[in-house]
Amino acid sequence: MNLVNTSMPRKLIFRYLPFLVFVCIALILPLLLPPFRLNLLGRFLSLGIVALGIDLIWGYTGLLSLGQGIFFALGGYALGMHLQLQNLAPGELPEFFGLYGVKTMPAFWQPFNSGIFTFFAIWIIPALVAGILGFLVFRNRIKGVYFSILTQAALLVFYNFFNGQQRLINGTNGLKTDTARFLGELVGSDGMQRNLYLLTVLVLFLAWLLCKWLIRGRFGDALIALRDDEQRLRFTGYNPTAYKTLVFVIAGALAGISGALYTVQSGIVSPQFMAVPFSIEMVIWVAVGGRGTLVGAILGALLINFAKSLISEQLPETWLFIQGALFLLVVTALPDGLVGWWRNGGPNHLLAMLGRAPKAATYPSLDLDPELKS
Amino acid sequence: MNLFLDTLFNGLAIGSVLVLAALGLAVVFGLMGVINMAHGELMMLGAYTTFVVQNLLKTGPLEGLFPIYILISIPLAFLVSGLAGLLLEATVIRRLYGRPLETLLATWGVSLILQQFVRSVSTAFALGLLLSVALGLFVHRFLPSHWWQQRWAPLLNFVNWLLASAIGIGLAASLGSVRVLDQAWFSARNIDVTAPQWLRGSIDIGSVNMPVARLFIIGLTIIALVSVNWFLQKSVWGIRIRAVTQNRSMSNCLGIPTETVDALTFLVGSGLAGVAGVAVTLLGSVGPNLGGNYIVDCFMVVVLGGVGKLLGTVLAALGIGVLSYVLGSGSLLLVWPTMPAALNELITFFATTSMAKVLVFALIVVFLQFRPAGLFPPRGRMVEV
Repeated sequence: MNLVNTSMPRKLIFRYLPFLVFVCIALILPLLLPPFRLNLLGRFLSLGIVALGIDLIWGYTGLLSLGQGIFFALGGYALGMHLQLQNLAPGELPEFFGLYGVKTMPAFWQPFNSGIFTFFAIWIIPALVAGILGFLVFRNRIKGVYFSILTQAALLVFYNFFNGQQRLINGTNGLKTDTARFLGELVGSDGMQRNLYLLTVLVLFLAWLLCKWLIRGRFGDALIALRDDEQRLRFTGYNPTAYKTLVFVIAGALAGISGALYTVQSGIVSPQFMAVPFSIEMVIWVAVGGRGTLVGAILGALLINFAKSLISEQLPETWLFIQGALFLLVVTALPDGLVGWWRNGGPNHLLAMLGRAPKAATYPSLDLDPELKS
Repeated sequence: MNLFLDTLFNGLAIGSVLVLAALGLAVVFGLMGVINMAHGELMMLGAYTTFVVQNLLKTGPLEGLFPIYILISIPLAFLVSGLAGLLLEATVIRRLYGRPLETLLATWGVSLILQQFVRSVSTAFALGLLLSVALGLFVHRFLPSHWWQQRWAPLLNFVNWLLASAIGIGLAASLGSVRVLDQAWFSARNIDVTAPQWLRGSIDIGSVNMPVARLFIIGLTIIALVSVNWFLQKSVWGIRIRAVTQNRSMSNCLGIPTETVDALTFLVGSGLAGVAGVAVTLLGSVGPNLGGNYIVDCFMVVVLGGVGKLLGTVLAALGIGVLSYVLGSGSLLLVWPTMPAALNELITFFATTSMAKVLVFALIVVFLQFRPAGLFPPRGRMVEV
């Protein structure tokens, strides 16, 4: 319930605020920040894209996937493989193959020579994997924690697979991208990184618009209905499997794009992207920011990652304590996350606790009495 | 024949560790519907308890008990992990009943904290922690009681805990400058538990070589299974636990203290994790990351077995154990040396421990296509919950 009077101009500001913020991030920050910090921000913004996907499937549809790392890493690997193949003489192989005595390139590497194929592979391959996995799981009405556990197991399986296959994709070492050349320029160079930063901001904005569009219409209503009462939706004549699979596919594609952008900005893609803790961490970004609010997912990803990089620089041992406490705190005390708390009138509650009564539209004594509000 | 026995024994050995590790999880998940991601860390606490018991008995007045320290550490590990689980239930999980996904995230947070705790606990750290908890719990009593009726009481509570932890951290930091107090008890390194003399070596039956430690674990698993089964089926509290599982509100009406039952179930499940931790120390060195290596496998066992019966857990764990061993060791190639080249290549491809896991998972997903709720699905109305 919004008790505070909102005048017209304020509404307008709120409406266009996201656009303004994005423009500021895109245009002003590159001038202010040194390259290292800018690169860091770019990475975190790309993580915001995977967080958007998680928000779609968890915040709106109620499917807690602990395996988004699979799709994230697949997108990263697709781009990583393409960059490995750049600027090679005909018949030459990427360097690491020599270490394991591989003479001919594995067949699945061939198509990644093409830039166009890679452009599509970055999001279609993760989407396909998500589609297959999702269909097999949702078809049997496996849901709730069983779904979470299965996605986590799938994650571990992919992790094992990529870790163990030195001869196919360089195993634990991963694929380096910052020394590769793209369009004649070093991927790790400052100029290239700046362009990648701008690209990330643009893609994040587009992803945000896409999600916004998805949740606005009937599709979004169906997702929320799935979360709140799947049985009823089924009996109303909808097919939950199709909706769930579709939304899982979209989240997978977003994760793939996010992984590709993250890879080129961090300079390497490795099986660590599929480590079990990292994927759960993604969930906590959304939880802290506020599930069910798209801005919250992005904010959460930014906030937590900045906190992580700051704390890991200063006091590395305390990060796990803080992260653990964050999991506990957000689940028990802040179930709607920061943005959700803000939107549900959290600041007013806080002021009321301190004895500063907020302005109420109608009957203050009734509206503000905590006893009467249930 | 020998190959068959050898495979069976090794599969059983892998499977029995899984049974032991997943048993507690199955109890907690099957009976309470609670996902405990910190289960692996409770195992780790059991393993560290074994380590401490070993070090205490190595020298000193109780040296005579050293040969049987592993037997002593089993009940102790049950107690330590069980109490840790009880604390977890009372502080966190109790608030989250009926919200399994939130429970999952919260217990994951607990697991992170426990991991870092064993890495960085030192005397200074422990004293600081004790001080903050004591301050947080007892300062209430010394504040005027009408303060707690004000509308800002939640804030006061928050500030109270904030100050308490700040003071605790301050104490830990200042004590940390003293060298002796700052020494980490376990540090991030792996710890080694040396098996007592009678658990080393192996017994040969036929030509199958059976390490005694493995046999001990199999024996321990059987004992644990029998006692859990007896507890749930025959003892008064076990019957109460099952009653609450079937119908919580009805049990409550009939006078069963459901909150005590929840706590007890959690205690038993966590204690079993501790026992599994003791068993794991016999297999090699263990470290703070121990939990992560087991948790996903344990959950697969529970998913595959279904939550209807303990037998499902046992069958699933043994099945996964035997299958991973058969695939991982590539012993199919020895049985059938003349298989087609393509198949041979395929099997060689999967013949490592980690690749066997890949195949086992694929098989589990295929299996779930036919039996979505596992081997023994829960019966009756619980299915759609």
